[in-house]
Amino acid sequence: MSKVTYREAMRQAIREALQRDERVFLMGEDVGRYGGCYAVSMGLLEEFGPERIRDTPMSESAFVGAGIGAALGGLRPIVEIMTVNFSLLALDQIVNNAATLLYMSGGQFNVPLVIRMTTGAGRQLAAQHSHSLEGWYTHIPGIRVLAPATLEDARGMLWPALCDPDPVFIFEHGTLYNVEGELADDAAGADITSAAIRRRGDEATIIAYGGTLRTALDAAEQLAREGVSAEVIDLRSLRPLDTTTVVSSVVRTHRAVVVDEGWRTASLSAEVSARITEEAFYDLDAPVGRVCSAEVPMPYAKHLEEAALPKVPDIVDAVHALGA
Amino acid sequence: MTETQTGENSVPAPAQPTSPYGVRDQTQEHRVHLLREMLRVRRFEERCVELYSDTRIRGFLHLAIGEEACAVGTMEALTPDDAVVTTYREHGHALARGISMRSVMAELEGKLEGCSRGRGGSMHLFDATTRFYGGSAIVGGHLPLAVGLALADHMTRHHRVTACIFGDGAVEEGEFHESLNLAALWHLPVLFCCENNLYAMGTAIGRSESETDLSLKAAAYRLPSWEVDGMDVLAVEEAAREAAESVREGGGPHFLELRTYRFRAHSMYDPDRYREKSEIERWKERDPIPGLVEQLTSTGALGEGELDRMEADIATEVDDAVAFADAGTLEDVSDLERFVTSGPDDSTRASS
Repeated sequence: MSKVTYREAMRQAIREALQRDERVFLMGEDVGRYGGCYAVSMGLLEEFGPERIRDTPMSESAFVGAGIGAALGGLRPIVEIMTVNFSLLALDQIVNNAATLLYMSGGQFNVPLVIRMTTGAGRQLAAQHSHSLEGWYTHIPGIRVLAPATLEDARGMLWPALCDPDPVFIFEHGTLYNVEGELADDAAGADITSAAIRRRGDEATIIAYGGTLRTALDAAEQLAREGVSAEVIDLRSLRPLDTTTVVSSVVRTHRAVVVDEGWRTASLSAEVSARITEEAFYDLDAPVGRVCSAEVPMPYAKHLEEAALPKVPDIVDAVHALGA
Repeated sequence: MTETQTGENSVPAPAQPTSPYGVRDQTQEHRVHLLREMLRVRRFEERCVELYSDTRIRGFLHLAIGEEACAVGTMEALTPDDAVVTTYREHGHALARGISMRSVMAELEGKLEGCSRGRGGSMHLFDATTRFYGGSAIVGGHLPLAVGLALADHMTRHHRVTACIFGDGAVEEGEFHESLNLAALWHLPVLFCCENNLYAMGTAIGRSESETDLSLKAAAYRLPSWEVDGMDVLAVEEAAREAAESVREGGGPHFLELRTYRFRAHSMYDPDRYREKSEIERWKERDPIPGLVEQLTSTGALGEGELDRMEADIATEVDDAVAFADAGTLEDVSDLERFVTSGPDDSTRASS
């Protein structure tokens, strides 16, 4: 075991991938000399050189598309997009090429590409650097969407993502990079298909992912002090969704609250809620609750940003509202 | 610049051959081959019109009648190991690249035997064996893809060319500028071929571009770039060969502006109300096929009755392709969701 940050765990994962497979390379804005906007790739340029740690121009569409082309050409690119808001400049490449080529070509051309990007609020970066748009990506058939919320997943999800023959998106919540903890030295190769139960409980199920997992766990802790036993599920894979883990939990607890930093309307939380309703309706003691971000462009001022985000009391209240 | 009567849809006069390389003295036999390839494309597409009216082909159908010299000349300059990434007006590129007429026609009829299993249709022809990466219907959207394929070759020290073909409309997209910049910055082996037919769908180039000299734009990104008479297959082939050889030898990306014209509407849906009939007629005088026929006949390269025999052969090939497509099978609906992602039994992919 050694003490690492989420950032370092991610860096270890990238380093390991570069060492294991010569087809792997990293490209994106400021990943090289600068060391990565969030310092994830610090030192990798010196270690692996400019061919494999490629600084790109501010051309999201071109370098994401080039990642798709390089994947078609036999390489295993890791493309870093600074933040999810910037990924909108590459949506054409993602939706119209990465997600469609295998299908349109009748199975001839798959796209083994990994795209990493930062998501979420909490750092006073206002309305063009703070949104949680991963839910939009989960709408798209043909891609896998991951949200590592723990050090183990930051360390372990990248390699299996690179082994996937199809495009994989990894959403890293910006407030997680400095989270520190103990990580096993051989913590590689996580499962990327299933949700995980992060806390056991039997009176309500709180479903969270990425940046909201800690908030959900804190809420469960508070509920425990109040005598309510809440289970916490970390979705981990946002597409495809591990509905089985979610539904089997809800069937036991009879109450569900979905926590999502995305907006409520037409969101990932709506999808999770719908699946619970479809598959566990008669096991529910109350309607599915949701705790989401306020439907506003993220404000800069600290107190307003805090007010916009899901917080522990919101989750606790939502669980109580279900009669627990 | 010659103004048309209306002034609204003003277009430049037909370009004169401006390749700095001149026309190489090619064997007459090769010229006959070029003629045959252009005729194959022309007759194929003419049949497509009939099949469209007959509702056997549906969706959008974009014909390149008039532009055959571009497709044939460019494909002729490539080796089998090179890659092609192209636009939605791509029947000619596919046929000239060597994808069988049968599988292209079957694709247009939405059949399982089509080169994309009927998943793509006219706009999305794919073929792994000839490294034909589509058939993209987002204007400019395939340029970054071509840059990436070239990046893979560059990083793995493969000395081969990725030919990226697009129309003048793509120059209006940001992806054009991002892609040329990235390819030039990283010195990647891409041959950018802009088939400038003077109209982005129904909008004349002068109505959407502040600078209508497209090779000038490419030159701004430090790409060797020049204009070519896209109605002359010999000029296109010559320029494409020069450019492709330079790309292959490590000269970085090159840009060709092939000045051409489509004789038919943008697609089968287009009533073609945005240009003068006289303009179309003027360009038809420069039809690449009769021009080459005349040249080959006058020099004796095309003997008595040879053109008729060629036409008959091609008619047979087209008939055969249609019969093949008509007899093709419809993919089982139970396979609807196959290839959304790679399945466990789909492990032999081109990029795996």
